[in-house]
Amino acid sequence: MIIIGELINTSRDGLESAVKGRDVELIQDLAKKQEEAGADYIDVNCGTLLKEEPEALEWLVNIVQEVVDVPLCVDTPNTKALKRGLAAHEGRALVNSITAEEERFAETLEIIKEHDARVVALVMDDDGMPKGAEDRIKVGSKLIEDLTTSGIAEEDIFVDPIIQPIGTDQEVGQHILDAVEEIKKDYEEVHITCGLSNISHGLPERQLLNRTFLILAMSRGLDSAIIDPLDPKIMALLTAADTLLGNDQYCANYIQTVKSKE
Amino acid sequence: MSNELFEKAADAICDADVERAEELAQIALDEGIAPLEMIEKGYTAGINEVGRLFDRGELFLPQLMGCAEAMKSATAILKEAAAEQGSESEESIKVVLGTVQGDVHDIGKGIVASILEANGIEVHDLGTDVAVEDFIETAKEVDADIIGTSALLTTTMGVSEELLKTLDEEDLRGEFKVMVGGGPVTKRWADKIGADGYAENANEAVSKIKELVD
Repeated sequence: MIIIGELINTSRDGLESAVKGRDVELIQDLAKKQEEAGADYIDVNCGTLLKEEPEALEWLVNIVQEVVDVPLCVDTPNTKALKRGLAAHEGRALVNSITAEEERFAETLEIIKEHDARVVALVMDDDGMPKGAEDRIKVGSKLIEDLTTSGIAEEDIFVDPIIQPIGTDQEVGQHILDAVEEIKKDYEEVHITCGLSNISHGLPERQLLNRTFLILAMSRGLDSAIIDPLDPKIMALLTAADTLLGNDQYCANYIQTVKSKE
Repeated sequence: MSNELFEKAADAICDADVERAEELAQIALDEGIAPLEMIEKGYTAGINEVGRLFDRGELFLPQLMGCAEAMKSATAILKEAAAEQGSESEESIKVVLGTVQGDVHDIGKGIVASILEANGIEVHDLGTDVAVEDFIETAKEVDADIIGTSALLTTTMGVSEELLKTLDEEDLRGEFKVMVGGGPVTKRWADKIGADGYAENANEAVSKIKELVD
């Protein structure tokens, strides 16, 4: 599993003021903790800063890279901010995200090619958010085809099937799971990732739904997730699920993880 | 007798029981109860209670939507009957609603539309990716009380600010109240751009709208 640590995001409590106040210590501490907990990428998102976003994103990339060895996931739909963030990044970043919206696709593609970045591809286009499994598969496949034709390797693409609330449409879980399986079947090298928290919007005990959905999606081919790596419950479930799905030779990772906690 | 029926109607809404709510509407008509009275004293009392329970965290989003469904089905039957009898319903509050240009997120805005309608508000839903001019054009056309915008991206939030400016320029700022909402939108930001109102969720939007139009 490729884990993208989601905690450095100004829409979370206290983070906007930390970024505005350029609180190096708080941000670096959050970054280090996530790396230690097993994050493969550290997501940085300061979209709520609006006009000040480009400068703040550059700052975030710089100070986070000072203290972690893993690459960052530069998370913004704002191309100006994306450029600044990537220019500051050393090594190969992951960009979150590109979509099949014509304008955004062209602009973002140019930037990711220039910086040799990997990319999260959200399955939405100019017709809007995906409606069912079919829509997700169609837009996802188009994104993969268009990206690979432009020279992006399949293994550098992370398709995000877009999680929507089960509270507003009780079939959406099934649609997402079917789409994950189908896309993974057609494009073996492509990664599938997603943020989970949308699934439980408006419902009680949200963590229970988030965790359960993660495991269901992993069983259908999800191999990456945008999560809180400091949540020991979700990390334990992840490790166990990975082992049960046959991704852990001699169960070495599982055993080691358990032993390290004893 | 009719009091008992009103109570049952309210309960049917709280239970999100569409069939029961429709059945009770039919019973009310058969018994000669005025359709608008049945709506007001029965179903509206129910949906108000639903709103209170949601606020207190005792009902959750899917339940709220189920209650709204029951409300819409039952009141549709009664409103049709009222129109046939020639009785005028009170002029309802009119809201023009849409997701702003450049933004195609539709779920949250759809929830708001549904809950507003269930609360007797007339909703003109323009869908997603709606241009500033289209909001204004429709608001003039239907003589709206309120324009409600939704934005789910930090890159599209600014469109609501443009809407306010355009209304100002066209001397229409006094004609319509503007409410804003959506994931990254906050009360503070709404105040900053000079919007008339902000609501965090669909239920809050109902009370805010009623407060603004009052």
